[in-house]
Amino acid sequence: MRLDPEFLSRLQFAWVIGWHILLPAFTVGLASFIALLEGVYALTRRPVFLNLSQFWLRIFAVSFGMGVVTGIVMPFQFGTNWSRFSDAAGNIVSPLLAYEGLTAFFLEATFLGVLLFGRKLVPPAMHFVAAVLVAVGTLSSSFWILATNSWMQTPAGYEVIDGRFFPKDWFAIVFNPSFPFRLAHTVSAFYVTTAFVVLGVGAYTVRRGQWLAEGRAMLRLALWFLAIFVPVQIVLGDLHGLNTLEHQPAKLAAMEGLWDGGRGVPASIIGWPDAAEQRNLAEIAIPRVGSLYLTHSWDGEVKGLKDFPADQRPPVAIVYFAFRIMVGIAVLMLLVVATGLVLMARGRLDGSRWYLRLCQFTVCLGFIAVIAGWTTTEVGRQPWTVYGLMRTADSVTPSLTGPDVLASLLLYIIVYLMIYPAGLAVMLRFVWRGPMPTGEAAPVESGRPKSPIEALRSEALRATGPETAT
Amino acid sequence: MMPALSLVPIWTTILALGVFFYVALDGFDLGVGMLYTFAPDRNARGLIMNSIAPIWDGNETWLVLGSVGLLAAFPLAFAIIIPAVYFPILLMLLALIFRGLAFELRYRNAEHRTFWDHGFAAGSALAAFAQGVVLGAFIHGFNVKGRQFAGGSLDCFTPFSILTGIALMFGYGLLGAGWLVIKTEAGLQDWARRLGRYCLVGTALAIGIVSLWTPLADAHIAARWFSTPNIFWLAPVPLITAALIWYEWRSLGDGSEYAPFLAALGLFVMSYLGIAISLWPMIVPGHFTLEQAAASQSTQAFLLIGTLVLLPVILLYTGWSYWVFRGKVRADIGYHG
Repeated sequence: MRLDPEFLSRLQFAWVIGWHILLPAFTVGLASFIALLEGVYALTRRPVFLNLSQFWLRIFAVSFGMGVVTGIVMPFQFGTNWSRFSDAAGNIVSPLLAYEGLTAFFLEATFLGVLLFGRKLVPPAMHFVAAVLVAVGTLSSSFWILATNSWMQTPAGYEVIDGRFFPKDWFAIVFNPSFPFRLAHTVSAFYVTTAFVVLGVGAYTVRRGQWLAEGRAMLRLALWFLAIFVPVQIVLGDLHGLNTLEHQPAKLAAMEGLWDGGRGVPASIIGWPDAAEQRNLAEIAIPRVGSLYLTHSWDGEVKGLKDFPADQRPPVAIVYFAFRIMVGIAVLMLLVVATGLVLMARGRLDGSRWYLRLCQFTVCLGFIAVIAGWTTTEVGRQPWTVYGLMRTADSVTPSLTGPDVLASLLLYIIVYLMIYPAGLAVMLRFVWRGPMPTGEAAPVESGRPKSPIEALRSEALRATGPETAT
Repeated sequence: MMPALSLVPIWTTILALGVFFYVALDGFDLGVGMLYTFAPDRNARGLIMNSIAPIWDGNETWLVLGSVGLLAAFPLAFAIIIPAVYFPILLMLLALIFRGLAFELRYRNAEHRTFWDHGFAAGSALAAFAQGVVLGAFIHGFNVKGRQFAGGSLDCFTPFSILTGIALMFGYGLLGAGWLVIKTEAGLQDWARRLGRYCLVGTALAIGIVSLWTPLADAHIAARWFSTPNIFWLAPVPLITAALIWYEWRSLGDGSEYAPFLAALGLFVMSYLGIAISLWPMIVPGHFTLEQAAASQSTQAFLLIGTLVLLPVILLYTGWSYWVFRGKVRADIGYHG
């Protein structure tokens, strides 16, 4: 078998971005949550919020560190494996990436240091400002990286000279047609993902009964937040889909598994898209409903995959199933949140152990949905890097051989499979230890420096006083 | 069409500064990571780690800015150079991942402490070596056809690039020792001074060999340095370097706290200058000048507006955080000395 450097490079990119995106999916929301907790604590001085902030800060530090190091990998991928894309599109995408670094990375890294290590070194107000700045940094990072990604999906504001892209209108480049929808849908997805983690950890904490006040606070904050944001996210997703219908019709046809376009198209519920036969096998579909939700009219016209040459269609099955996983999870999320609200209204939230247990399992829902959504939009963009203009096959580094990329891919796989479980284990241990400072971490072993995290724990102990810490 | 006012010199300066900030900042914390292997005991290891814990990720951010800055200001150079150093970049990235994780996991995984301790030291060493190989390959030049790298992915490993790899390990070690002299006291500081001298010997040897090797291997570089009148103008570079080496040796021996770090930085500035003089005005040595590889005028202008505002702000708050975490790291009261 001949090793194809393009295919392997795509696998490698999918591997490193797939693992990396799990971290912003969590830290973007968590940074805002911590800023909120710090703010509420600054106003109310209630120790429960300080404990929660310290608790989540420990977990944030680990995930943020992992996000930094796996994030450094990303810009280098453009050079190592996609050098022709870099040469052709560098004039347009590079300032957006650079603005991400300038407006976000330094802000996050610097003020996280202050947040973690500086509670005693800076005034309380400055500590709160540091929390806000970290959160602003994560949002700014999302803004610029999604602007870059959106430009590759729906390019605008450019001209092509000798096969290379040149900027004509920077406003049009940044605020390209899919950007506002993608930004809203993605950031909202990150917030929902984080909220489900907080919900699950809150449920676990309540179920253990040891730190009831903290657990109850997490559970309720998360539920109220999700009660608003899960429906909002579904609406945003729908708007994003309609935007895709307008600007990337081939991708949308693949999401819908729609081979034959026309008026009054069916909605495919489930089936097996067969690219060779150009139809869905074993399909369950509802006639005409596709047109209804895509065009808001029973016989609205929608393009099908057959309206595009075979070499301009994305891999249909992957997009089709990834999209269904994402939508399926949205439905699950709604059910979980609705159930929680009913229990809360009846005052039985903390006592329903089956529900608390369920919430522990739903911690992973957001992450799966983010990966599925990302797969939908990125695989759906294929076979292009710049949609409709530059093919993925023409973007790959020409000097690379199959064995080169196979070697690098295997190394990335090995290293990521080592660090992710290790990082997860550490975070789970924090959850297991719970949101209150424990005696073990108190005025530490003499002669030995405290770990940054242990330093945090004893700070919390001091701030809350012994009566609440026992 | 030549624009009336070229922004290339400004971008060259900004990028050069960015890369230098990276080399100086992550240089010392990679160096600290390597010296960590030789730490006398567990207590010392904890102190060494804490001396860089609050700042390492900020330091590494300069690497992102360096790579993205190269892509932004000189996309053609990025598209040629990065594929040419495919494997050193890969090794560097994996080493940085390992090393970064060690910060977070070393403390908390009591049973795995030694594993992540080794991961931290080995990751630091490998990252430093890989960056040195990139530097060596860059000075050596690449096989280019049209607008693309045309050589093989292993071409970058040459005796020269291996030498520069080892050289950078010593150089970073020297910076790290200088940093530890600032941040530690008593026995540990003496230990850092001793290791600093070993690193200085290695660094000085490496600077000497590279300074002889490059003009011998490349007639252009020889002409740049040794033709008259250049030789008179450029003579201060080796002279100041030699003086700095002497001063570094002395300050590692006497009681000065900041001099070893500053002199090490000085050595990096001089080496950096030496390389710049050798290669100017090429960004892809032998093929493309800075001007030829530059991004479109509009790209440069769009990014420059923000950079001129943001970069000083970044420097300001980075400086502020170094101020917040100033002073010695001490064992008895954790990091908060």
